[in-house]
This record gives sequence, C-alpha cells and structure tokens, in this order.
Amino acid sequence: MENAAIAVTGLRKTYGDKVVLDGIGFEVASGSVFSMLGPNGAGKTTTVNVLTTLMKADAGTVRVAGYDVAAQTKQVRSAIGVTGQFAAVDELLSGRENLRMMADLKRIRPAGELVSGLLERFELTEAADKLASTYSGGMRRKLDLAMTLVGSPRIIFLDEPTTGLDPRSRRTMWEIVRELVAEGTTIFLTTQYLEEADQLADRIAVLDGGRIVAQGTAEELKRQIPGTHVRLKFATAAELDSAARVLVGGTRDEAELSLRVPSDGTSRSLRALLDRLDEHSIDSEEFSVHTPDLDDVFLALTGHAATDSSSSSASTDSGAAADSAASTGSRTLTDSIEEK
Amino acid sequence: MSMSSSALGDSAIMLRRNFRHTVRNPVTVFNAILFPIVMMLMFVYVFGGAFKVTGSYVDYAVPGLIVMAITYGLGPTAASVNDDINKGIINRFKTMDVSRGAVLTGHVVATTVRAVIAVAAIIGVGFAMGFRSHGSLLDWAAAIGLVLLLAFATSWLTVAMGLSAKSVESAGLATVPLIMLPFLSSAFVPASTMKTGVKQFAEYQPFTPIIETLRGLLSGGHISTSHTVQALAWCVGFALLGYVWAVSTFKKRA
Repeated sequence: MENAAIAVTGLRKTYGDKVVLDGIGFEVASGSVFSMLGPNGAGKTTTVNVLTTLMKADAGTVRVAGYDVAAQTKQVRSAIGVTGQFAAVDELLSGRENLRMMADLKRIRPAGELVSGLLERFELTEAADKLASTYSGGMRRKLDLAMTLVGSPRIIFLDEPTTGLDPRSRRTMWEIVRELVAEGTTIFLTTQYLEEADQLADRIAVLDGGRIVAQGTAEELKRQIPGTHVRLKFATAAELDSAARVLVGGTRDEAELSLRVPSDGTSRSLRALLDRLDEHSIDSEEFSVHTPDLDDVFLALTGHAATDSSSSSASTDSGAAADSAASTGSRTLTDSIEEK
Repeated sequence: MSMSSSALGDSAIMLRRNFRHTVRNPVTVFNAILFPIVMMLMFVYVFGGAFKVTGSYVDYAVPGLIVMAITYGLGPTAASVNDDINKGIINRFKTMDVSRGAVLTGHVVATTVRAVIAVAAIIGVGFAMGFRSHGSLLDWAAAIGLVLLLAFATSWLTVAMGLSAKSVESAGLATVPLIMLPFLSSAFVPASTMKTGVKQFAEYQPFTPIIETLRGLLSGGHISTSHTVQALAWCVGFALLGYVWAVSTFKKRA
C-alpha cells in the first residue's frame, strides 16, 4: 500500500527467552483509525513502544509515515504524537505551561494562540493556570492528549487512552478521536474494550499472546462467527422436542434444554416465531435474542477467555491498568467473556 | 537549525522547566540551604570548642560545610529525576524530536545552580560567624571552580541514581552516602585525630582531598599537590561515571 501511514511486517520482540511479539504484521491506511485489541499482556504496549521508537525490534521492518523506525528515527519522531498508558504530564507545571513547553520543544512561535485554542478545545481553560497535580484523572488524560496534539502530528498513537476513565470522560475522548480523524489524522489505538474498537476503528487487529489472531473491519470479524439467533430454553425435554418439531432449522442443546434458532432479529420475524410457539401451546422458560459482538469474536478466535493472569502477560502491559479499568465498571475483555 | 543549537535550545527549555519546579517547591531550596547552616551553627557553637584544630574552628569547618551544602541538595534531584522516568514524561520527550540529553542536562544545571546558592549562603553565614579567609583572588577563583566541578560531577551521579532507582524513595535513599561521606572525612575534625580504621577510611575517601584542597585555597595556606590531584581525579571520575551511567540507563529504560 503506497499511502500506508504505518506498515509492519514480521515484527518480533523478545525479553530474554520470553517472546512478546511473535512476528506480527499489519498496515494502517492514512487517515484511518486502526485498533489493536487484546487483553493485558498480549503485547499491545510493546507494539506501541516499537512503533514510537522507544524500543528496538529484534526482527521485522516497521515503517511509520514512510520512514523506517530503526534507521530514520528522527523523521519518525517529527511525524508522530504519542499518548502513553499513563498521563505523561508535568505535575509541577500548570496546564498552560505544559502545553507551552511542548510548543517550545517543537519551536512553534508564537504559541499563545495555539495553547489557548487547545485549552478551550479540551475544556481546560478554567484550570489552565492550576498545577497539573491538582487535576482529576480525566483532566490529566485530556491535557496529555492536548500536549500530543501540539504541532499537529500526522500520526497519533494512543495506548489505552480510556483505561481508568469514567464513562463520560470516555465519550469525550471518543469524540476527540473522531474529530482528529475528520481532520485527516491517522490514529493507532490500543484497547482492551471491545466496544471502543467497535465504535472507533476502521480496522481492528486482535492480538493474543504476541500474535495477531485476526484482523479486518468490525463487520468482517463479526462475520467469522455464528450470526444472530434466538435462544429458547425449556423446562422439560418433551417441550424441547415439540418446539424443535415446530421450529425447523434450530440447533438443540439437550443438556441445557435449549434451542437455537437462526433469525434476522427483526420484530416481524420474532413475532412470527412467538406466534408459532403459541399456536402449538409451547411455553419457553427463557427467550433471548443474541447478536454477535466482538466478545464472541474474541472468544471464537482465541478459544479462551482473556484473563490477564494468562501466562503471556508481558511486563510492559501493566496490571495496574486492569485494576483501574475494573473499578470503572466498564466492560473489559475479561469480565464480558466471563458473563457468558 | 544545526544539531548543536537545537540541542542547546532543548536544554534551555528543560532548564526552564527545572527552575519552575524549584520555584514551585521552595521548601526544597529552603531545606537545602537551612540544613547546612544548622549544621554549621551546631559544629561551631556546640561541638567545635572540644575539637583540636589549628586556627579558629569556624575557619576549619567552612570548607567541609561547603561540600555538605553541595551534597545535601542532591536528594531532591534524585527524586525528581526518578519521578520523570516513572511518570512517563521522559518517554514523551523520547518519542519527540528532542535532543536526547536535554532533559538530563536540565536537571544537572538546575542542581548545580541550587548548589551554588546553598554554598553562597554558607559562606555568607560563615562570614557573619567570624570566618576569615586569607586566600588570594586567584585562590578564591580556584575554590569556586572546584565547587562548580564537584556540584556538576555529583549532579551527574545523582541523575544516574535517580534514573536507575525503582521508586522515588529508593532514589532519595541512594544519595544518602553522598550526604554521609563528608561526616567521615576531615570536614569537622582532622583525619589524624581519628581511630585507626576510620582514619584510613577518612584519608582515602573522595571528600577528604576535596575538602583539604578547598581548605588550603580559602585559608591561603599550604595546599598539598597530592590532595589537589586526588580532588580533581575524584570529581572527574564522578562526572564520567555519572554521565556514562545516566546516558546508558536513559537509553535502556523505556
């Protein structure tokens, strides 16, 4: 791909004898959002570290903005902006001074207008002259991202940008990502939230134990698993039998006393199905419509629930992030899969 | 923009950042100035009378207190460097087209400047307490040079320790030997009056030749060449070790 913002082939990284990235490859089109999805320890942060010149790969080629990260480090650095997993702001400087410092380092003069513009955009104007140490977690993340945007980098890396944020701050973050894309910025985003990848990404790569187990659009990934269906659960085997006779094409689960019937999920087809059960006086104990989501995709692709205690947990993917994520009550790979 | 002028520009931006930190944290500066002064009051007015030194005790103690004023101010630097690397701000700079050493140079220069302020305060209070120097202008210039060199060298060493430490607490703790060593030197009593063992340690540790050289310069008296050579060698050694250690740790830790 000529206009690929990021092109990675055969990327390998090991720590001692532990393989963290086992020959991954992907391309990110210019102006698109690419999401790397995976549990803690899958190798997401290591990938970001290699792509942003913080770490050297053991093997493989990585081109960012058309430059080789190993040989043309300087050019890569001038083209990218990075927001890491933990807000990298200077706590003893105010929000304004933090942005000012970034503008100085990028030799943007005068910077006043740019700085106040960013403060306004991220709703930080009121707190602009307070020390960043007094900011809430959400405000720090916003300041961090604002600092990343100084100098309008063409490619922005966001490593779990919403981990630990409350739902409202998460929505704000998503809005900002969408605005950036609308302006033509390329976004590389890692996340352990399926919903986030689904909402934002043009393409998704599912990373598990240092390998990409699948990649494509959210739709393509969802297509890899069984479609929408209705699940009916019965009290007795006799009822299951009669239901299976009436509803042709269903799949029986004898142990669960349940029947899975393919359906397009529309109200018309659901009413028709319920009407048929009624006609034959069959009562189901439970009735649910199941639409596949990325949870199913992940489970279908990796064949295991993605817990962060998995043997592959890399030291660079911090467990602290998972702890803070759990406290927000949001859906992580782990807890959403365990729900099933 | 050429490589070196952009590196200089980056260092200036980082230095401004470190100065802002210092101003925001006046307690640190106050502490770094106050502690050596309290030590001076204690040694001169409380213990000093019991020590046998040639000349007045305040004249004897000032050079050691100057060194102590330099090393005592290192703790906050180690902590703040460690904070930078643990909180990810260094990673932010590393992913930018910013001169590699700028953030470290900023810390080193800011620490050196703070040390100079603390040293000036000690000398000022020393004069008020009766400290008199018989050193020539040249002696003073050489003494100032040695103070700057020692501050610069120990700053690099401290930056390296701050980068290597796992936590802020252990970073602060790493500088304790640098603060304690002057006590086990000829700073407050001549090494010759110490017990065997301690005496040998005091004679061969870095701060004794540094303090003896300073003492010679400020008193305008005899300066042993061997002490001067040792003092310079220790300072250059500290600076080199600190620099190499700091830069390699900086590159490694992502």
